[in-house]
Amino acid sequence: MTMSEHTIKAFDADLQDLTRVVVEMGGLAERLIVNALEALDKRDLALAQRVITDDAKIDALQREIEEKGILTIARRQPMAVDLREVVGALRLSNDLERIGDLAKNIAKRVGALDGDFQPQQVMRGVEHMTDLVLAQIKEVLDSFAHRDSAKALAVWRGDEEIDAVNNSLFRELLTYMMEDPRNISYCIHLLFCAKNIERMGDHATNIAETVYYMVEGRPLAEERPKGDTTAMTSMPFRN
Amino acid sequence: MSMASVHSSTPVPTVTHAADPSGALEEKVSVRNLNFFYGGNRALKDINVRLYAKKVTAFIGPSGCGKSTLLRILNRVYDLYPNQRAVGEVMIDGQNILAPGQDLNQLRARVGMVFQKPTPFPMSIYENIAFGVRLYERLNKADLDSRVEQALRRAALWDEAKDKLAANGLSLSGGQQQRLCIARTVAVKPEVILLDEPCSALDPISTAKIEELIDELKDDYTIAIVTHNMQQAARCSDFTAFMYLGELVEFDTTSKMFTTPADRRTQDYITGRFG
Repeated sequence: MTMSEHTIKAFDADLQDLTRVVVEMGGLAERLIVNALEALDKRDLALAQRVITDDAKIDALQREIEEKGILTIARRQPMAVDLREVVGALRLSNDLERIGDLAKNIAKRVGALDGDFQPQQVMRGVEHMTDLVLAQIKEVLDSFAHRDSAKALAVWRGDEEIDAVNNSLFRELLTYMMEDPRNISYCIHLLFCAKNIERMGDHATNIAETVYYMVEGRPLAEERPKGDTTAMTSMPFRN
Repeated sequence: MSMASVHSSTPVPTVTHAADPSGALEEKVSVRNLNFFYGGNRALKDINVRLYAKKVTAFIGPSGCGKSTLLRILNRVYDLYPNQRAVGEVMIDGQNILAPGQDLNQLRARVGMVFQKPTPFPMSIYENIAFGVRLYERLNKADLDSRVEQALRRAALWDEAKDKLAANGLSLSGGQQQRLCIARTVAVKPEVILLDEPCSALDPISTAKIEELIDELKDDYTIAIVTHNMQQAARCSDFTAFMYLGELVEFDTTSKMFTTPADRRTQDYITGRFG
């Protein structure tokens, strides 16, 4: 949606500034996810450490957005679409900050994944899930950059596949743990990593909801399709 | 943006009544197909709008859009000037006040007006209020005293003025003068109060007092306020009408108008993008 300019040019600059920092935060969050997964896959402790350090940058950007947002409200008293821009930026920065935290949590587990038991198949599953989440995040950041509510809606509806992959990973890891208790430590850590990635997907749908609200001025009312069944999954233990 | 597309007659806007918890809205004033002419110049174009009883309706829009003109029609102040003419209907409680034979003094007692600049009479605070009351009613001294006190209390001016009722109205501060004018207006027990930018000459504290007053007055009166201060309209009105170039562009609940207006021009105006 194109908007004509404000009579007060500095107001436009304020809003553009907010958008710029959100986009910067989004780019940083994407990089954090990629690096965290690479560190996980290659057991690269140095890279994992960099993810942990970089997360502090995301936190700093979130504080910056909060300060700029509050200042803009105080100074400009934004109305209607402008108010949604500011509130939207504040909400988006919260979700992006959480995504950063989740990536950091994965990076922290890299050191704990030792031992010989490293089934490639499970790791491929985690990577596949990560690719899906990254695609979602990229799309939703695009929808924000272009204020494209249709695109945001597509992201919002597209979370199901991630849930499906998470479900199958969950079952797979359960099976490995039942086969040999020595696998449990590895599998638990990987399970948390998978859960973290799945949570990133949830934040992507939050972002989609915010973008939709910013553009349309009303919340997404319908019920989102949910596919995460791990809370109900159990497996009989047989010796 | 081209304005030509909206030059047709404005339909009566439909209003979502979500802002009204009771759901019951009583129509106090109904403006129908109203056109207004300054000589040959058509200043209002097919205006249709309603004022609901005991609600505050704000009129916003850029200078020259016709909002003050519309207000001036509601108590026929324009009648004082030659070459000004209103065509259409303004129904108050079902009675067309534009009809010939309308008693103007009676109308102006029912529909009071407060202007942009405080306009106290050059007489005592007491007389500023009693003067109007005497035109419409014969009250004994005690009743008149009590009416003056009531009006000053209603306008939140009593505590500041009770010890100097004999002082000249012009000796009050700007904000106090404006409240005196509101007291003068409510003293004759009107039904509708028109406020034409009542705070534009006041400091923030006086403005807040007037806004607080508006909030209290709407328990008893139907209020229309013209304001250039968007935040003020958002703060103290229940309904908002946006006018542009003599037309009523959009009318809806204030909460809707300032969050998700339907018309692009309304949005551009309230977000400061106009022109």
